[in-house]
Amino acid sequence: MSVQHTAAAHIHRDDVASRMGMWLFLFTELLLFGGMFILYSVYRFTHPEEFHLAAKELNTVIGTFNTAILLTSSLTMALSIAAIQRKQKTLSIIFQLLTIVLALGFMVNKYFEWGAKFHHGIYPGSETLLSKPSGEILFFGLYYVMTGLHGLHVVIGVVIIAFMTVFTMRDVITHDNYVKLESAGLYWHLVDIIWIFLFPLFYLIT
Amino acid sequence: MSNENILSNNGNDVSYLEYKGKHTGILGWLLSTDHKRIGLLYLISLSVFLIVGVTFGFLMRLELLTPGRTIMDPQTYNSIFTLHGVIMIFLFVVPGLPAVFGNFFLPILIGARDVAFPRLNLLSWYLYAIGGLLAILSILLPGGPADTGWTFYIPYSVRTNTNVIPALFAAFILGFSSILTGLNFVTTVHRMRAPGMDWFKMPLSVWSLYATAWVQILATPIIGITLLLVAIERVFGVGLFDPALGGDPVLYQHLFWIYSHPAVYIMILPAMGVVSEIIPVFAHRTIFGYRFIAMSSIAIALFGSLVWAHHMFTAGMSDTGQLIFSLLTMIVAIPSAIKVFNWVATLYKGSIDLQPPMLYVLAFIFQFSIGGLTGVMQGVLSVDVQVHDTSFIVAHFHYVMFGGTGFGFFAALHYWFPKMFGKMYNIKLAKRVFWAMFVGFNTLYFPMFIMGWLGMPRRYYDYLPEYQIYHVISTIGSWILVPALFLMFGNFIYALFKGAKVTEKNVWGGETLEWQIATPPVHENFIDIPVVTESPYQYKDNELVLQTQEAK
Repeated sequence: MSVQHTAAAHIHRDDVASRMGMWLFLFTELLLFGGMFILYSVYRFTHPEEFHLAAKELNTVIGTFNTAILLTSSLTMALSIAAIQRKQKTLSIIFQLLTIVLALGFMVNKYFEWGAKFHHGIYPGSETLLSKPSGEILFFGLYYVMTGLHGLHVVIGVVIIAFMTVFTMRDVITHDNYVKLESAGLYWHLVDIIWIFLFPLFYLIT
Repeated sequence: MSNENILSNNGNDVSYLEYKGKHTGILGWLLSTDHKRIGLLYLISLSVFLIVGVTFGFLMRLELLTPGRTIMDPQTYNSIFTLHGVIMIFLFVVPGLPAVFGNFFLPILIGARDVAFPRLNLLSWYLYAIGGLLAILSILLPGGPADTGWTFYIPYSVRTNTNVIPALFAAFILGFSSILTGLNFVTTVHRMRAPGMDWFKMPLSVWSLYATAWVQILATPIIGITLLLVAIERVFGVGLFDPALGGDPVLYQHLFWIYSHPAVYIMILPAMGVVSEIIPVFAHRTIFGYRFIAMSSIAIALFGSLVWAHHMFTAGMSDTGQLIFSLLTMIVAIPSAIKVFNWVATLYKGSIDLQPPMLYVLAFIFQFSIGGLTGVMQGVLSVDVQVHDTSFIVAHFHYVMFGGTGFGFFAALHYWFPKMFGKMYNIKLAKRVFWAMFVGFNTLYFPMFIMGWLGMPRRYYDYLPEYQIYHVISTIGSWILVPALFLMFGNFIYALFKGAKVTEKNVWGGETLEWQIATPPVHENFIDIPVVTESPYQYKDNELVLQTQEAK
């Protein structure tokens, strides 16, 4: 009896609790970005014209392309979970790796996009930017901060998914214990959803 | 492996203090995921920061003894009130009761062996420690400690040359630690309650910790992002709040208070829980209005999240906005008042035993009522314009934060100390220290109400001679309060080493689960998970609340 107790007490597994913890964490992420969305709404309300003008500087094509990439990566992430549920370990790993590749692709695009802005002298504190009206300074300030923080989340997501891939290879994540992969997936969809809001707010308001 | 070995591995025959797990010695503490040990790690680190914060407060009071320079120059004074605020708020009062007593007792009170995510719990403590180290770094690094006040108001916080960045990151990381604790507690309460413990059989301190945890989860990210944005604005010159770049500093204040007002409920709610826990034990009566007290915690958390702009009535806001926030501020007083009435009703016709925890609780009710009611006064728009940024405000929030939460913390410490350590402190000394503390506290802060009403601004280094009498009384109060605090800690430390050993399970005659287990608790709290059949606080027949499952 005592042996059983030892086992029960030390290997305590509760998938519902893990999922709940993850959802609570996602709430905090939403609120974190929520603070910035409030800033965006207020400043856009006070400077509608200048936001409109500034948004024209952004490249809608790259933005659309990146949206497609990120949406696809959410699909591959979901497929990797579906695969592990069906005991298809290799397939799950392939989908996870695909997700990582797509995420990196997103970041490469982001790099070129930011690079082009820097090339045109539009970056925080630059003379070109400071000579613009205050609404445009605010727009680009928010653009850099929000897409930057989102980019940071993409990078963190890549690291997390990479860990999940290793876990899947080592059979830590299996068809009857995949709550880790599921939580990573939830996180990845959050990153995706935030982008879904960032994209129209910065690229499509021209 | 013999049966005995298995038992000692399980940790059910030695207390958690002597339990030897995978790691031993100091690592057995620093790497332990046992919620009780983590609670003690917090207790030690919080006490250190409390002493630092008290020292800064004491020095401020000393400086204000006479007009003009007394012991320090104005710049030092600005840094010291900033550090006093940052340390006391982010490192002591906000983590305070949940991190120490929540960690230690929440799982026990609901009949669980640990929190839902023990490793995350340990991570929270490490984040707390890193945040604390950063706060200390901000004092020591060249450039001088931050001098913005704990509110980091824009634009000054992006212009001053002091170490604002380390202070900002300290608060950011401490916020993260607080979020993870909240997340852990919510999940624990939802998933780990013992069989039979439905929502309305939970002890009231669990209700208040649960409400607090939700505020921690939902409000803290806002301050996180806001402080991060200030840091980004400072480092990269990104235009976000600075009016020179088109930003709106009032918007910063809104975002700051969207967290920082709910934060005061993070601070006070757990203390209210402790009060609800202690009163029935020392009045020997069932708590009056259990459901009202439980629900008022949720109501406070809810309404408390919607009143933030009452900190900004003089900062520029529409009349409609002012009216709404003023009204909501009045409404939030109702659930607090419900609690106070229920506590007093519990005392009525009770058999009151004035042990140290009870004394602190009674002082809590007295001081919290003063602090709370003066808070309602400030919610009145016309009054607020008069008292805004005066020491009236300082008196108000010290009556709530120190007279309320601080005294609640001390009450909890006196109440649970024998259970946590299996030692008893000197009760006679504790009672005397309490009276010194009570007199010292009120002497220190009450004059601030008067001088604030007369127009003494807060955070000022210098003042007109007519205010001096109040400053002198107040400083004398600090000379009573601070020695009393050190005596209290001395009493506990002496008890740890030389105090009378306590082995009985139930020293105070409590009815909640922590009093049904060994003193000090064993590693896994419960040898068999209890089955709860009755509500807590059943004093009518003084029966055991629980029946333990028969070991098969």
